[in-house]
Amino acid sequence: MRPHLIFPALAFFAAVTLPVHAQTIFPINRADIVAGAHFDFKVEFAGVVDPKLVSVEINGEDYVKTLGKAAELISREDGKDVSSLLLRNVSIGRPGQYTITATDGTHTRSATWNVYATPKKRIAKNVILFIGDGFSIGHRTAARILSKGIEDGKYKGKLAMDDMPYMALLTTEGTDSIITDSANAAHAYTTGHKSCVNALGVYCSRAANTLEHPKVDTLTALAKRKGMAVGAVTNSEIEDATPAAMVAHTRRRSDYNDIVKMFYDSKIDVMMGGGSPNFLPKSTPGSKRSDDVDFIELFKLANYSLATSKTEMQAAANDASTTKLLGLYNTGNVDGALDLKFLKKGSVAKFPDQPDIVEEMQAALKVLSRNKEGFVLLVESARIDKYSHSMDPERAIYDTIMLDNAVARAKEWAKENGSNTLILVTADHSHPVSVIGTVNDELAGNEMRNKVSIYEDAGYPNYPRPDTDGYPSKVDVSRRIRLVFGATPDYYDTFQPFMDGEFVPAIKNASGVMVANDKYKDLAGAVLREGNLPNKGARAANQGVHSGDDVILTAMGPGAEKVHGQMENTDLFRIIAEALSLGNPDRPESNITRSKMVKRSRQ
Amino acid sequence: MLESCSISERERPTFSRRRFLMLPLLTFGTFWPLLARATEVLSFDVLYKSIGVLGIQYSDKALALRGKAVRMRGYMAPPLKPESKFFVLTREPVSVCPFCASDAEWPADIIVIYLNGTLAPVNFSHRIEVEGRLEIGSWVDPSTGFVSQVRIVDAEVRG
Repeated sequence: MRPHLIFPALAFFAAVTLPVHAQTIFPINRADIVAGAHFDFKVEFAGVVDPKLVSVEINGEDYVKTLGKAAELISREDGKDVSSLLLRNVSIGRPGQYTITATDGTHTRSATWNVYATPKKRIAKNVILFIGDGFSIGHRTAARILSKGIEDGKYKGKLAMDDMPYMALLTTEGTDSIITDSANAAHAYTTGHKSCVNALGVYCSRAANTLEHPKVDTLTALAKRKGMAVGAVTNSEIEDATPAAMVAHTRRRSDYNDIVKMFYDSKIDVMMGGGSPNFLPKSTPGSKRSDDVDFIELFKLANYSLATSKTEMQAAANDASTTKLLGLYNTGNVDGALDLKFLKKGSVAKFPDQPDIVEEMQAALKVLSRNKEGFVLLVESARIDKYSHSMDPERAIYDTIMLDNAVARAKEWAKENGSNTLILVTADHSHPVSVIGTVNDELAGNEMRNKVSIYEDAGYPNYPRPDTDGYPSKVDVSRRIRLVFGATPDYYDTFQPFMDGEFVPAIKNASGVMVANDKYKDLAGAVLREGNLPNKGARAANQGVHSGDDVILTAMGPGAEKVHGQMENTDLFRIIAEALSLGNPDRPESNITRSKMVKRSRQ
Repeated sequence: MLESCSISERERPTFSRRRFLMLPLLTFGTFWPLLARATEVLSFDVLYKSIGVLGIQYSDKALALRGKAVRMRGYMAPPLKPESKFFVLTREPVSVCPFCASDAEWPADIIVIYLNGTLAPVNFSHRIEVEGRLEIGSWVDPSTGFVSQVRIVDAEVRG
């Protein structure tokens, strides 16, 4: 190395290795925090510290002055040679920039938070947030082609989610990676904070226990404090990442048993989806719990109506006395639209009376709107993502059409109920999917690859005219859409819809290598595709993966005008917080501002 | 379409070579002599009377076979940990997302297999046959916390 390059190189080395030797502060640098929202404050020191040398200041004064109470200094966190300062459940009521400086006597680190107020006047009564899990532009285009059709070079109609006045590109990166999973992606929407893969309602600290990481307030907690009703409906397991982000605080999204308890503790008013086994005590056959807590019984005792089928759900929703509803319709995920309505595959034979998300949402609207203070409702079409992982285009497209149907009904509901509902439609992350043409069986030859029609040869697919819900009644048509996946394991490309059940592209072989699932190899025309994802080791991929592409947000209703340009996914939370005026200071009793207010009122 | 090339017929296990490979395991199998003549084949279809949101009901046949030697066919799910002494037998091959691999992703109607010996590597897309003693009732695995309701214990695997 030439001498004059040594200094810059060392400086770079110091910069990239700095976190090892300095403090880590939670909430992290550049966090946006709504005034009055609760959070855990934690400073992680690089080693065991001398308490006499530790100093933590906020805006140049002892942190206690801002946060209202003293933290616990944990000398050896989790028995390791590291100390941490931890203060749970604090808040800051006054908006502004807050610079936190923490030193152990040797190393000093700073972070700045932006605490923002929300307008005093609330402009929206209700918020409906639609999340198409993994919903990408390719899905959107394919759904529009199938459900609207094209004539004279133009679509014959718009999707309900296209026909909204405001649009933005949301970026989805997290604190650890350019790629998010559904956990930290949904967490950004429901907390306004960035976090890392697999995390819900927490920052990713070094705590050993997944439930002990620094927590941040959820939309559910903030809305409930205002007296609003809150709901989450999905066709995944209710404990899955997106609905769980409404209530959960865990570093590990698969803590399903804990997440059920968090739903219960949150007092969320409506929750619907699959995933019943984690509600059942372990003594009940079919349970996945490791304890004997019967959450079905606990929810009933807390005045929730229980629905285990569409019929029961509709009866409960139509009962004017129902204000809390727990709907569990499947042991696993609720079946997607293609299986539920047309093919009757998946688990439809086992669970023949499952609602789709449109019906779930309509029931939820009836129940939630009984609260005169308004509501926040999350509606998730979860299996767009799951079917994109399994590389099953038609199932992903039908669940995109289902999402749009729910949006259409929500728009109608909002119009009929005072036009004071903010409606947001987005995805949590994307998949690398694209519409590249059609597959035309009528072309000569046996090689399916040469029946893939591109550019002008693609023409228009020949699906039958869609039904009133926008679904063509048949997917195995002779000229069908070609939606391709850009990141894959090895798999057999069959060039046709999976009429007998969801695709399972790859499975581990006896040597631990992920290989194409040979169940499909003898299908006429099937071709082995060598994948481009890892096939060995802990991260071997047996399915498609998320992409880091931006996602689209469309919006309408009060507050929607703030949706424009490129925004961070956390900005979506702020739009909701501002529309509902969630930022009014509401601080714990120990908080200094509250104490002052109390003192003043006594004077 | 897929029915016509279903794995079950095309890949019916050929036992001779596998049996040879399994021979070392047999010497460790304390209970193997008791099980060698097991003839009752249980299928996923007859194991349960009903699978509902609020729980599973076992069939009369399954309850009658409790504690007895049975054989079952299915697919091995990739184990939670490579060193696990048990694995999950499923009706169909499962595709588990590498980001969310946990018991949460597995279907409710699974059988947990506790092996008699060391697990021989198998291809997770090949149907296997398991033979052992049927246990019914809730059990929490002491090392992993994994909860199971139906188990085949002291089991041998044939692929």
